[in-house]
Amino acid sequence: MLRFLRLVGQRGLDVLASFGRAGILLFLSLWHVPGRREWSLYVKQVYQLGVMSMGIIVLSAFSIGAVLTLQFYTQLARFGAQDSIGLGLALVLLRELGPVVTGLLFAGRAGSAVTAEIGLMKATDQLSSMEMMGVDPLHRIVAPRLWAGFLCLPLLAMIFSAVAIWGGSVVGIDWLGIDDGQFWAGMQEGVEIGTDVGKGVVKCVVFGVVVSWISVYQGYDCVPTSEGISAATTNSVVYSSIAVLALDFLMTLVMYGEFK
Amino acid sequence: MMRIRTIEISVGAFLVAGALALVFLVVRVSGINPAAGAETYTLHARFDEIAGLSMRAKVSMAGVTIGRVTAIEIDSEYGEAIVSMAIDKRIDNLSVDAGARIQTEGILGGRYVSIVLGAEDEYLVDGDTITETQGAFVLENLIGELVTRMGN
Repeated sequence: MLRFLRLVGQRGLDVLASFGRAGILLFLSLWHVPGRREWSLYVKQVYQLGVMSMGIIVLSAFSIGAVLTLQFYTQLARFGAQDSIGLGLALVLLRELGPVVTGLLFAGRAGSAVTAEIGLMKATDQLSSMEMMGVDPLHRIVAPRLWAGFLCLPLLAMIFSAVAIWGGSVVGIDWLGIDDGQFWAGMQEGVEIGTDVGKGVVKCVVFGVVVSWISVYQGYDCVPTSEGISAATTNSVVYSSIAVLALDFLMTLVMYGEFK
Repeated sequence: MMRIRTIEISVGAFLVAGALALVFLVVRVSGINPAAGAETYTLHARFDEIAGLSMRAKVSMAGVTIGRVTAIEIDSEYGEAIVSMAIDKRIDNLSVDAGARIQTEGILGGRYVSIVLGAEDEYLVDGDTITETQGAFVLENLIGELVTRMGN
């Protein structure tokens, strides 16, 4: 019994300590204005995390938009309400699916890569040799990845929603024959710039920060062995996904919930 | 050198694509029309029953949207709802005897406020109250009435 309690306490303190280390990491990396010479590092990370994720984002966005439209159609056509597909599609994507699915895909596609990369740098002592040369790895390695993640996830989510709505319109208007005007007019009638687009963007920004932070931290804090890196990569994806889903629920509760 | 250039170009294209996507979402999806300025004035109307009229519901005249519902309050003394509406500034000829009615789009659609012009020469200005109102038509009440009458 006592051993069990001690174990729980130990685990709790470990978790608390890793939160602390993650916080310090975030603070130290962001507390730094990049010099002119470092600028290209940031561009390169935006390329790695953002541009290279475009493929999977566009593909999954299109198929999700198409599938949603098909499902909406089969249900709503029974009530003759297929004209509100446009609105339903836009609301679902802007409020929930756009930010959340992008967050999950980003964690899998880019977050895991960041974790593995930083973890391997640590395991092969690249980080410590940088320190030896007087270069702070937090500024040179961690900060560009964090900022790139902060920037890329919202942009990817915007692209995701736009492509998915386009995919929905392709399926709905061109294949199923929903009225073109009704599709867009219903959407424009019901979608509010602040409550739908704006709050969606807020969600994306939060996810961007959380996913990049977790990925970078997991890599930076991993046990520098091959098992350590693999565990850190797994943790990075698992924790990021859980964080995205849990935060999404909380934010939806606060933003759209009944208590105001 | 060439490689760095490619990276920069694709990053630039990515940023532009993201910005364009946001513009698409704002303009095409939420249908913001920058030309339609938010120049409005406020009118109030008291209704005995608003039955599901919601904030931001349409205010229309002859089926054309001329404003939005901005606030719904309750006057508990008279048991009436006070609906505040923001009306487009260009519609400035609503006479003091103009009527407001709560109607339903289609049979199951959302509620909206319909404004009917009056005949007086005096016009409503910001903060005025429309007195000629007709509350929402509640299907359940009608059915209830019908059932009672059939009972007699």
